Amino acid sequence: MKILTERMEAHRTDSHTIERYEATGGYSALRKGFEIGPEAVTAEVKASNIRGRGGANFPAGVKWGFLAPARPAYLVINADESEPGTFKDRQLLERDPHQLVEGVVLSSYALGVNHAFIYIRGEYPKPARRVQHAVDEAYAKGYLGKDILGSGFDLDVTVHLGGGAYICGEESALLNSLEGRRGEPRIKPPFPAVEGLYSKPTIVNNVETISNVPWIVSNGGIAYASIGPDTSAGTRLISLSGHINKPGNYEIVMGMTWRDLIYDIGGGIPGGRELKAWIPGGSSAPWFVPAEHLDTPATIDDVNDLGSMMGSGAVIVMDETTDVVAAAHRIVRFYSHESCGQCTPCREGTTWLERIFNRLLNGQGRMADIDLLIDVSDGISPGLTWPPAMTTICPLGPSATAPVVSIMKYFRDEVEARVVSGIPVALEAADG
Amino acid sequence: MKPATLSEAEMDAISDWSESSQQLVRELLGKYPDKRSAVMPLLYVSMIENGYVTAEGMKSVAVLTGLTGAQVQSVASFYSMYKREELGKYLVSVCTSISCFLLGADDVLAAIEDETGVPDGETGHDGTFTVEHVECNGACGGAPVVLVNYEMVEGVTAEKARELVKWLRDGGPDVVGTEEMQQLFGGAKSFDWAVREPEGAVLPVPAFAPYGSARGVK
Ligand SMILES: Cc1cc2nc3c(=O)[nH]c(=O)nc-3n(C[C@H](O)[C@H](O)[C@H](O)COP(=O)(O)O)c2cc1C
Ligand code: SF4
Ligand code: FES
Repeated sequence: MKILTERMEAHRTDSHTIERYEATGGYSALRKGFEIGPEAVTAEVKASNIRGRGGANFPAGVKWGFLAPARPAYLVINADESEPGTFKDRQLLERDPHQLVEGVVLSSYALGVNHAFIYIRGEYPKPARRVQHAVDEAYAKGYLGKDILGSGFDLDVTVHLGGGAYICGEESALLNSLEGRRGEPRIKPPFPAVEGLYSKPTIVNNVETISNVPWIVSNGGIAYASIGPDTSAGTRLISLSGHINKPGNYEIVMGMTWRDLIYDIGGGIPGGRELKAWIPGGSSAPWFVPAEHLDTPATIDDVNDLGSMMGSGAVIVMDETTDVVAAAHRIVRFYSHESCGQCTPCREGTTWLERIFNRLLNGQGRMADIDLLIDVSDGISPGLTWPPAMTTICPLGPSATAPVVSIMKYFRDEVEARVVSGIPVALEAADG
Repeated sequence: MKPATLSEAEMDAISDWSESSQQLVRELLGKYPDKRSAVMPLLYVSMIENGYVTAEGMKSVAVLTGLTGAQVQSVASFYSMYKREELGKYLVSVCTSISCFLLGADDVLAAIEDETGVPDGETGHDGTFTVEHVECNGACGGAPVVLVNYEMVEGVTAEKARELVKWLRDGGPDVVGTEEMQQLFGGAKSFDWAVREPEGAVLPVPAFAPYGSARGVK
């Protein structure tokens, strides 16, 4: 079952063009949308039960329902894609930009929005070129601009390029950035749906979420909801990376087991090596290990129940040769670098964690560092639960604790051995 | 969305900018309900004019957006792509985040530092290369990933990275294109690119037509 990638697979070389898009049914959902009216479009999205694909997995229809009545209101597409392990939106932007544009027009129409923004991370010039080109084509063909297809509905779309900052993927930071400010998350409430861009009601949705809207309007929300498990409806793009034979994006119906995903779809581990651990939903998510999780289903709720998250759909696979201390350090370093600095626990805590890891990696670790890693993590995210208790403005700080807690839970012996010998366990094993 | 009309003071602030940049400024200011929102794209235009974000450039952007110089500076300093020092002709960025790390990104970075003679985070004396490590570039399925002036190459090995550096140094291409570099130096990709990419970058600024730095490659 393919929704998002059907066109690009069937029409390899020109799925991004408006000619191919129109020839394969493109923009017919928009015509249908104008016939049934904005309330009916919203009703289809609600009925689809689609949950946001940007990381928080929040039901899109419910979020739309929160949009305050004041106008103007805005729709902002989150194409900041920067969660390590995630590269699905780039494929949608490059290979089927009109699918997104049609989704934007339909969603804006449903929401009563006349100006939408597509915020693309700065390091994505090629996807931005494709999207801008698609937007220009859509204007030329009357799918954007004034009185679209004679419906009386007007919509402008601005493609905006970021400046290089992971935190701008967080929706309120993204809105600050789009307003021409530092990309610092805002204290919530108020939520963007009430006070967002320019303090006006704003819906922020991920590229993949909105790219599904044309199919949902064409085929009906109920048809979408009937795909896959009840609370993980629809298909979703999984980005597979790391130690895996067939890395890439795969559009799957949720509900298969991790074993199916890693061994069947991903082709297993290179060299027939053993799987050591994987991260089920982007670098912010707590890790899974084969002994406990390989035969559990990959659905949003099952993963939540097991103390992690499907997040952005990015699965990062680590084989037996992985030095888990170095891997956790690499993830902690990311959060330390990307912390916006507003909250002391996040700013100080991530820097501190990084420093302790540096000691461990340099062979200068002390046994006390192991407890210190836990203490510092607990200071950022009290109780170290997942989902985390929040003492910070956004979840970035707590995310930095996920790899720490994971290696302590599953690989504590390796961390301790690291302190004693200073040599990674994986290397010692290789040396025999 | 109609291009904005500039006041005399605004025109004054960019009187030494090229005509094409001045036109970009009008278009960019016309794309947002509030001109403050144009500060990020305008900073890129100022980099096209000055090579990097200069004090002069920030002053011009401040006039155009109705902000103070300090406000523009505080925005510019927040983001990693608004470079505050002169850059080499080629900005070589190596992703060393988790997925690339797992597949040898540190070796790729070391090879690039060695071949260019430029340490991570610095610009070489002859102005050819700036080398930096960066966080995830959204191409983890094609790890390890290198960008040259933000044009991407996926599946790069340490050896191929050296060849890429030599190719840039010896050939000195004015336009670097993702397609050409991928064919010459790339390997595994995150997904099928499928379509030849006709555009490339002429500067260490994202080559996105609305900022004017994208050019056709042969
Ligand atoms: C630190 C952080 C980074 C995020 N990065 C992204 C991102 O790159 N792309 C994205 O769509 N959502 C990202 N999100 C989630 C957004 O805040 C927001 O929930 C999402 O864009 C809403 O769209 P959706 O409901 O369609 O998923 C991030 C959240 C946090 C806390
Ligand atoms: S948790 Fe970290 S990134 Fe998030 S707002 Fe606070 S300091 Fe900024
Ligand atoms: S980790 Fe290198 S591109 Fe994502």
